[in-house]
Amino acid sequence: MRKISLDKLDLLFAKIAENQSLYIPSDSVEGAKFTKWTNGTALTNELNTVRGIKDFFFPQSEDLMKFKMQGKNIEVIDIRDEHEDFVIFGARACDVRAMTVLDNVFLHAEPVDTYYKNRREHGIIMSLACTRPVETCFCGTFGIDAANPEGDIVCHKTDDALYMNAVSEKGTALLDSLSDITEDADTKAVDEQKALIKERMTKLPLAELTTDAFGGGKTEKFFDSPEWAKLSESCLGCGTCTFVCPTCQCYDIRDFKTNDGVVRYRCWDSCMYSQFTRMAHGNNRNSQKERFRQRFMHKLVYYPENNNGMFSCVGCGRCLAKCPIRMNIVKVMKALEGTDNGSN
Amino acid sequence: MQEVMRDKLVAKAKELLTGGVVTRVLGWKRGEFCYDLTPGIFKSADELDKEFDFGDFAAPNLSKYLIDETRKEDGKVAVFMKPCDTYSFNQLLTEHRIDREKVYVIGVPCEGMIDNKKLSAAADGIKNVAVDYENVVVETLWDGNVTVPRESVLAERCLNCKSKKHVALDELVGYEDEITECNRFDEVARLEAMTPEERFEFWQGELSRCIRCNACRDVCPACTCEKCVFDNPSSGVESKAPSDSFEEKMFHIIRAFHVTGRCTDCGECSRVCPQNIPLHLLNRKFIKDINELWGEYQAGAEVGSRAPLVNYTFDDMEPSEAVERGDKNA
Repeated sequence: MRKISLDKLDLLFAKIAENQSLYIPSDSVEGAKFTKWTNGTALTNELNTVRGIKDFFFPQSEDLMKFKMQGKNIEVIDIRDEHEDFVIFGARACDVRAMTVLDNVFLHAEPVDTYYKNRREHGIIMSLACTRPVETCFCGTFGIDAANPEGDIVCHKTDDALYMNAVSEKGTALLDSLSDITEDADTKAVDEQKALIKERMTKLPLAELTTDAFGGGKTEKFFDSPEWAKLSESCLGCGTCTFVCPTCQCYDIRDFKTNDGVVRYRCWDSCMYSQFTRMAHGNNRNSQKERFRQRFMHKLVYYPENNNGMFSCVGCGRCLAKCPIRMNIVKVMKALEGTDNGSN
Repeated sequence: MQEVMRDKLVAKAKELLTGGVVTRVLGWKRGEFCYDLTPGIFKSADELDKEFDFGDFAAPNLSKYLIDETRKEDGKVAVFMKPCDTYSFNQLLTEHRIDREKVYVIGVPCEGMIDNKKLSAAADGIKNVAVDYENVVVETLWDGNVTVPRESVLAERCLNCKSKKHVALDELVGYEDEITECNRFDEVARLEAMTPEERFEFWQGELSRCIRCNACRDVCPACTCEKCVFDNPSSGVESKAPSDSFEEKMFHIIRAFHVTGRCTDCGECSRVCPQNIPLHLLNRKFIKDINELWGEYQAGAEVGSRAPLVNYTFDDMEPSEAVERGDKNA
């Protein structure tokens, strides 16, 4: 394990940014946001960013290929190129786990998504343990340890130093390259912090929430539950929950006509939208109740069914904070498992 | 901090339900925390007892839900409305979107709602909140009690409250109040004073953060098209994502134009924006222009009024007077 004192944090960032782009969570008008580090970019004090690190690997909108048309000839232009190397500093445990959820979809299933793979191969994640989780946090529900995040380099920030532990090949290479400004450290301070975090996690208001009622094989149990109608009754059908979600992965592919050809691009789509996966016969989900059900069944039943029991919610709490009408996966889980008695 | 408390509203709702005046009640449901109220329908006294909530976080404007709710079944629905919500309600009636006969409006006085975004920025790990006129005391997970001035966490639309008077009512629970003096156009005036370049830069900075979640449109009581042009694959302008960093100006500016003269300035668009874009400023600019060019007009102040842009009078100014040609600011 290596460490660097906090007053040298800028030096660390500068050193990393010498060889690749570095993104750190920094304050902005929209809230904390991953921002490309340049001299003076300050690390936020916020617990987490408005949006997760998904955007780096699976951007909201990206071009896939181009077609050039001349007479009856169509030229297909592959626009893929090697992505630049980049480092994300300060990703939280929930958001790093979210990458595993996305990897299962884009990397570990055929066909491999080469656009995603390209970015994934060039990105290094420096995660940061959470000493001050907030009331909307419930990563523990999904077996995520906020004291021990995953990632290439796992960081713990104490009052005076940043501790870094490389846990992957890419992480080791990066940390080695920082050896002249970092020093060896024992694990004492980090162990103490881990104990504090573990204790704090038990005090969170959602600490008792479990996934026991959910998982693969539960489709029939929940699909026709009368709760869906009630839960979805005030859903606006907007895409906020899906677009701030670090694991939502659905996209649409469209062609955009340019002067001399066509650009094929993809962009995030939301199962909450009325035109989502619209088919020639009309639509396979005609009511907001069905669309709402799809989103939560995907997180809690379908995804675990197809991914060895892994859930595709990571408990980051963004939907709890951002839903315009304050409906969210916690309320859904409690209502479905029948333990919600309506009290605080 | 709200003068009228939750229990009084529950008692009123029960009275209307058991008396057969209404078959259901539209209100706010208690959430996981003290602040996350969700709009919902209550059909029994039991549901009201268990789930109904009201207080400083009853921000959602319930008027738009009445479009669907009044179509669902016969019988009246009772709805709780804060003063600003009643303007949206009147505007929806003006546009024939709601059958007035099917609604029983219960007015609730409002002392201003707390902005969740401002509150979470002011205190981390919110366990509970106590509010009085002066202060908000937040019981936090790790920092003990954090006290902040109430004004610092009030919603912008409440700091610039345009009216505490209910303009639609069947019954009022609590006290009657008046239209308020406010400075809601100050920020618009500040933008108007900018050079076109500065103003463009301001809006580019704001709108380029848009993620096209459509929450502003979906929550807007003036956006009630059965099928929005931006959701319609046949329209040619359907889009689910920004295609470049400033494409969103089209969506937002078209939307602002479409609700001009109909927007009551309820502020829901800015409340729900996950990216903190001050969308209400676009609408307020149009309201200010209408006030200045055609005389004071408040959408939703009464039912059936004709907005200046869809009306014609001999005294109307000519378009050439409204736009000074050659002026870069036009």
